[in-house]
Amino acid sequence: MSQSIIEIKDVTFSRGDRTIYKNMSFSVPKGKITAIMGPSGIGKTTMLRLIGGQLKPDSGDITFEGQSVPGMTRAELYEARTKMSMLFQSGALFTDMSVFDNVAFPLREHTQLSEELIRLVVLMKLQAVGLRGARDLMPSELSGGMARRAALARSIALDPELIMYDEPFAGQDPISMGVLVRLIKSLNQVLGLSSLIVTHDVTEVLSIADHVVIIAEQGVIGSGSPEQMLRHSSPLVQQFLKGLSDGPVPFHFKAAPYEDELLLGAQQ
Amino acid sequence: MDFLQALGHKTLSRFASLGRATRMLLGALLSMPNFKKGTPLLIKQLYMVGHQSLLIIMVSGLFIGMVLALQGYTVLVGYGAEDSLGPLVALSLLRELGPVVTALLFAGRAGSALTAEIGLMKATEQLSSLEMMAIDPLKRVVAPRFWAGFISMPLLALIFSAVAIIGAHLVGVDWLGVDSGSFWSIMQSQVSFQQDILNGMIKSFVFALIVTWIALYKGYDCVPTSEGISKATTETVVHSSLAVLGFDFLLTAVMFSS
Amino acid sequence: MNTRKIEILVGLFVALGVAAFAVLALKVANSGISGNGETYTLSAKFENIGSLKTRAPIKVGGVVIGRVESIYIHPQEFLPVVNMSIDANYECQFSDTTTVSILTSGILGEQYLGISPVIAAESAKQTCLGNDVASDTGSELDDLFGVESVALKDGDMLTDTKSALVLEELIGQFLFNQGGE
Repeated sequence: MSQSIIEIKDVTFSRGDRTIYKNMSFSVPKGKITAIMGPSGIGKTTMLRLIGGQLKPDSGDITFEGQSVPGMTRAELYEARTKMSMLFQSGALFTDMSVFDNVAFPLREHTQLSEELIRLVVLMKLQAVGLRGARDLMPSELSGGMARRAALARSIALDPELIMYDEPFAGQDPISMGVLVRLIKSLNQVLGLSSLIVTHDVTEVLSIADHVVIIAEQGVIGSGSPEQMLRHSSPLVQQFLKGLSDGPVPFHFKAAPYEDELLLGAQQ
Repeated sequence: MDFLQALGHKTLSRFASLGRATRMLLGALLSMPNFKKGTPLLIKQLYMVGHQSLLIIMVSGLFIGMVLALQGYTVLVGYGAEDSLGPLVALSLLRELGPVVTALLFAGRAGSALTAEIGLMKATEQLSSLEMMAIDPLKRVVAPRFWAGFISMPLLALIFSAVAIIGAHLVGVDWLGVDSGSFWSIMQSQVSFQQDILNGMIKSFVFALIVTWIALYKGYDCVPTSEGISKATTETVVHSSLAVLGFDFLLTAVMFSS
Repeated sequence: MNTRKIEILVGLFVALGVAAFAVLALKVANSGISGNGETYTLSAKFENIGSLKTRAPIKVGGVVIGRVESIYIHPQEFLPVVNMSIDANYECQFSDTTTVSILTSGILGEQYLGISPVIAAESAKQTCLGNDVASDTGSELDDLFGVESVALKDGDMLTDTKSALVLEELIGQFLFNQGGE
């Protein structure tokens, strides 16, 4: 495997009494598109927050470009965050600014560029996501797909090394989904950055991912290229990728035997 | 036993909440202010928090002044002391009603809006997004709103008192026929700048701190769902109103009891 | 909304606040004139102060010249002592024979201190102010009678006082007198 931008080593994380990860390890290769998949509710978004340093693991280590994220001071963490960016599920555009100002925001905060230069950069980024014409709209006037593209333009404004996508395809119609898939792929190639996609839209992500990590049951249950994954021996991986309703993850939530409960009800 | 356990749990979580609130406020305020970037943000918040509350403050002030004059007159005229209407109105406004009613109205008008706005920013991941852009949301979002509230409320309380005294003059002098000269002159002889106006302003600053702090904290700490935001907004109004009334008693006891 | 408009509206808001402060400070409160001036302190011992309160006005012929600063009990004599803070313009103007009485404004009114001033002799004034007094200016009335009068300065005690009238005592006296006739 080539050099990796993120290493997750033996990470254990729990929220309250619930253990979310137990001794989990995997790595994200540099310059590739990595997909993290898994059933809902297993803490995929939590993973991104751990990498971004918003949460700290109970034990284990996470490194970004060789530096330990949990061990960073606040200043170092902020320095590292200018090199990574995150596309949130909702887009998280600032509702009180126009699309143009949203994209210009990180530039105005972190650079000393003149307004003229900022205008050029913003227009370039908006052109890349196909929203140059929508620069004066407010976020409330955008459709869900457009908002996500505008947010994508904002997250590439500072030319980061790593983009993390949190469920980029959730709730999108097929056309915008196609647009986003194309955008993620082309941005990764053109800008030479690393992408980390957290999703459960199997078909879309398998078409563009170079590397797939499947998380379930508090750890990694399989990782490799999309082809390897499709031929994976684990029944859980197969169930997830093929979308079978019953298998290792049962259709029924844990319950007492059906007959017992019905009869018990009758007796009362 | 369950009851005791619940009580202990509740007490501990209250303390934790107070600790988080303090940490939020210190995180927002303990830093070198950046005037170049901060001033436009502050001005925008002064507009949202202060200027937007002007109308409700002025209208309420006018009516409260008018009602005070009407009620005060009917009592005072029984003792033939209707000339004391001026000091009655001015003292009750400057010492109590100005700061307190302004704080209550402010909690309802601006405090709830602050909570809802920050709660919504949290729910739509805008705060997380700022953090991931290496911008501290405490400094960027919380600090300008805090200062705007802290500056606006004493100004609003002054405007409230001034408008209310004009309202009282309207009713007392122009309608009920109290002599205008004695209205003003007895008021002036009874109201002292330090004792009444400055103490009233100190109260107002304390209330501004309390209401803005509670509003920001409730928004910042809310459960980021629509249900959580609506709960937080209600809590802002209820908690800050109660806190204002409680602190008003304490401050009054300290300032005016001797 | 554009920034310029917001700036103007915020400016308007702040100006309105400052204007309100000015109105309250100048029109409503008795600031500048008697509130903040320099003062000096005199004290006076009374038999009974009635319901005199701190901050009650001190008047000369109805004009307020100061306020009651504090009231306490004299530790040995168990008599109430009133500290008065009086406008510094009147320092060294009153002679020590000046009378202070506790009066009531109207039937229901507050009690206040009335000073019936005895104007200090010119020589006494000068001594009080710390100036040298030429001995040959002694053509004053007091000097003729050989009475040595002193002007009141900061910290002095007034001795000639009239206590408050207490209604019960008045009635008691009246009944006693009636009975005597």
